[in-house]
Amino acid sequence: MYVAVKGGERAIDAAHAWLGEERRGDPAVPELGVAQIREQLSLAVNRVMAEGSLYDPDLAALAIKQARGDLIEAIFLIRAYRTTLPRLGVSRPVETAAMACDRRISATFKDAPGGQVLGPTFDYTHRLLDFRLAADGAAPQAGTAPPREGPTPHVAGFLNREGLIQPEPRSDDPPPDLTREPMELPACRALRLQALTRADEGFLLGLAYSTQRGYARNHAFVGELRIGAVAVEMDIPELGFAVEIGEITLTECETVNQFTGSKTEPPQFTRGYGLVFGQSERKAIAMALVDRALRWAELGEEFVGAPAQDEEFVLMHADNIQATGFLEHIKLPHYVDFQSELELVRRLRRDVAAAAEEAAE
Amino acid sequence: MTATDYNFAYLDEQTKRMIRRTILKALAIPGYQAPFASREMPMPYGWGTGGVQVTAAVLTPEDRLKVIDQGADDTTNAVSIRRFFARTAGVATTEATTEATVIQTRHRIPETPLTEGQILVYQVPIPEPLRFLEPRETETRKMHSLEEYGLMHVKLYEDIARHGAIATAYAYPVKVEGRYVMDPSPIPKFDNPKLCSPAIQLFGAGREQRIYALPPHCSVVSLDFEDHPFEPSKADAACGLCGATDSYLDEVITDDEGGRMFLCSDTDYCAGRQAAGHRGAAQEDAA
Repeated sequence: MYVAVKGGERAIDAAHAWLGEERRGDPAVPELGVAQIREQLSLAVNRVMAEGSLYDPDLAALAIKQARGDLIEAIFLIRAYRTTLPRLGVSRPVETAAMACDRRISATFKDAPGGQVLGPTFDYTHRLLDFRLAADGAAPQAGTAPPREGPTPHVAGFLNREGLIQPEPRSDDPPPDLTREPMELPACRALRLQALTRADEGFLLGLAYSTQRGYARNHAFVGELRIGAVAVEMDIPELGFAVEIGEITLTECETVNQFTGSKTEPPQFTRGYGLVFGQSERKAIAMALVDRALRWAELGEEFVGAPAQDEEFVLMHADNIQATGFLEHIKLPHYVDFQSELELVRRLRRDVAAAAEEAAE
Repeated sequence: MTATDYNFAYLDEQTKRMIRRTILKALAIPGYQAPFASREMPMPYGWGTGGVQVTAAVLTPEDRLKVIDQGADDTTNAVSIRRFFARTAGVATTEATTEATVIQTRHRIPETPLTEGQILVYQVPIPEPLRFLEPRETETRKMHSLEEYGLMHVKLYEDIARHGAIATAYAYPVKVEGRYVMDPSPIPKFDNPKLCSPAIQLFGAGREQRIYALPPHCSVVSLDFEDHPFEPSKADAACGLCGATDSYLDEVITDDEGGRMFLCSDTDYCAGRQAAGHRGAAQEDAA
């Protein structure tokens, strides 16, 4: 005998209670503090800030704790919080040439003004599990040196001086905001870049990798990768001048790509651009490669049908919160539509069987 | 953070105004998919964020809200959305179709006919009826503006050529006021005739950033051919609980030997009939 499926409310409450318990894990193990996550899982915090489009390390750390370390879930929490905040205004463009660089490398020049600064990178570590970390140890100490003063000019700027790299048009217009306006295609580059900087890191990584393997190949040199703090300034109408409202850490990547030139343009290099919150260099490099691939039309290149060139494909599928929501919604009940399919398939099968019988007679 | 820290019905007033403007535009051009700046909601995309935003924009403190999923008030996601509004808007909620002023739904239209003054809000996964014929939004928008719906007719024709019938059982496309082809959301085609209604019908697609609408009494025609007319269909059975033969039925597997029974998918309709003394076969067996 069928028992009506009731008790959705009770089931939800029980599920939430259980989830809370699972999040805490074994109560005999000390609870993780938000400050610990912020300080010791900072790259996870950076990713959540970048894809959550909200620069707040404390909230990102809280979200990671609440999400049990599921970063997409944490990004979702941040996005859902962010959407309730008013948009107060637009900052001045951040001046990345004035960045206080923790890291700054160029793969195109052995040395350049500002120097090569490795910074806190995994790059040359040997990926061997460090079992000392499993035991408690003293905080590691690194040597210090006085910081270099003055701006760090962009490597692309040196190429620009010779006219070797395609110049970017300057604009002081506020860029469109895809969190406030529906996405319209074709999108301008500013909107594309905005979508890419909050896009899923894994999706961008895969797309960027596909360009390296020949799907819209455009060999990229990392002209420059820099990570560091920049000041955020905002014009205050009442004051008539800009004031510094805070400081954020950014990763910026500019790629230098080959370009053979066209009938009207002499051969020159082109660029791809990546800019991401926090120390997120894999994402910034991937973003630059995908940005470059999406610029095929503007640079007079051929559309070869590669996914990374396809603006609609990239922009409509890059957001992991949209993607995960829609993907996971198929867990929800679909009894009604399934039932209608069931009826249809039964009917069509009946018709086929009847026709076969008729043919046999 | 407690619920009171958020604005009435969660969204800020500016956002609600933006959504209301889009709704008005959608009502003015029935069946047209009006883009809107969909917000991130505290529930996932694909779980009714479009419907939730539309409901948040139309809700007033005096409203009485009903939320159904698959026709039922007690499915988990319906419970979750009803609670969300009870918490963030403090509105009264109900399970009775006749008492509700706003009904948010996923995949069904209530069996009890709606009346003037009611608003039915649909959750829409893919608003574009042409999407699975043409994946590009830039193309499908062009097709709508040129009223170029040949592809859809070819698809329906191919169904008939292959299967002898139109093989679309839910989200069956309709033409609105003789102009726009519209996806009625994944309701079973059984519900299509109810799309002509005295109530206001609003369709919200959050992830896809579209709102469309059917004003009261507007013409909604399910696409078909003269020799293959549209046929709303349902399981050829009666509800095991209330005996209804005129309502859409869910099939429930009762044992592992092929036993099954049918039940009204609209739980309010079924409960109302049972309260009025109607009994189905399963109830009589049990008695």
